[in-house]
Amino acid sequence: MSPDSAPAAQEPDIPAAHAPPPGLLALFLAFARMSLAGFGGVLVFARHAIVDQHRWMTAEEFNETFALCHFLPGPNIVNLSMVFGSRLRGIAGGVAAFTGLLLPPTLIMTVLAIIYARFGDVEVLRRILAGISCAAVGLLIAVVFRMMTPLLKRMDVVVIVLMLGVFVAIGVLRLPLQAVLLVAIPVSIGVTYVMRRKVAA
Amino acid sequence: MNSESPIWALISTFGLMSLFAVGGAAAAVPEMHRIAVDVHHWMTEKQFADAYAIAQLSPGPNVLIVTLIGYAVAGIPGALAATLAMCLPTALLAYYVSRLLSRPSQSRWPALIQAALVPLSIGLMAASALILAQSTDRTFVALLLTAAVAVVASISRINPLWLLLAGGLLGFAGIV
Repeated sequence: MSPDSAPAAQEPDIPAAHAPPPGLLALFLAFARMSLAGFGGVLVFARHAIVDQHRWMTAEEFNETFALCHFLPGPNIVNLSMVFGSRLRGIAGGVAAFTGLLLPPTLIMTVLAIIYARFGDVEVLRRILAGISCAAVGLLIAVVFRMMTPLLKRMDVVVIVLMLGVFVAIGVLRLPLQAVLLVAIPVSIGVTYVMRRKVAA
Repeated sequence: MNSESPIWALISTFGLMSLFAVGGAAAAVPEMHRIAVDVHHWMTEKQFADAYAIAQLSPGPNVLIVTLIGYAVAGIPGALAATLAMCLPTALLAYYVSRLLSRPSQSRWPALIQAALVPLSIGLMAASALILAQSTDRTFVALLLTAAVAVVASISRINPLWLLLAGGLLGFAGIV
């Protein structure tokens, strides 16, 4: 068995490095603030606020919590708000963080939707949005590229084939997501299991 | 007109989609595009690209593109229904799983499953990029702008907001 597996998950007591757990209002406000600062993604700001600014979690605890939220379905950062809030203050804390993260930007987004519905055909707005769209796609490509580099460096053929398979099935063939994942997830888990056993043997 | 059905269509669509959205909001974009543009005709290609741009430019989690889709379908109730349907079920799931996992003596399965999902989620995000690029980059200059932003954002730590604003300025000037 590889020794790196099964990281110790128990950490019941709060170490001395922590700040005292925040109140519900403080949680709500902290998540509202990081959400409103988070242009183009909230993760960077969330980590900064939770780990560096408020010291509610250590860097390792944050990584573990985020990893959990990354492999669960749904928007990562939304999951993170619920898990993080509930770890500090129970379910009420989870709801406070969740609401803080979502309520203010949802209101802003609704206002923008109203503006768009009314002025979306105005030529200037269309041109500006077209320019922003191009840049936004560029940002997405950059994120994909950054996440891909560790996989490419390992030169793991099976992993790269899996990645390309999903890309082609969804991006080129436009197959429904559920169908693709129902096939791809078991295959990927099976392959990973077999490969780890080989490495361990 | 049945005023109830669009809301339920939004709730069931996004509630189900969120449960399959492994790898975050960006990975779910192709599916949102397929449902909103191809299946239900809630939006045109252009409207969807605009919604993506607005969601990127606005603060908050990028998943809130669903708020814009919901508004296009059924106004403010649609916006709220779509947002909650996309965010709440998986957040509750995450809460329960996190409580389960915080018990000691866990197996190596969580780590293994997580490793197995990484290539899939990156493949999904790459597919999002392709689909969005096909609907936005219709001219050579637009393609060039996308490529330039991709390169700059890959090699520097510049705040993404500046790149989005630069894109908006170029659009305003009528260059893109």
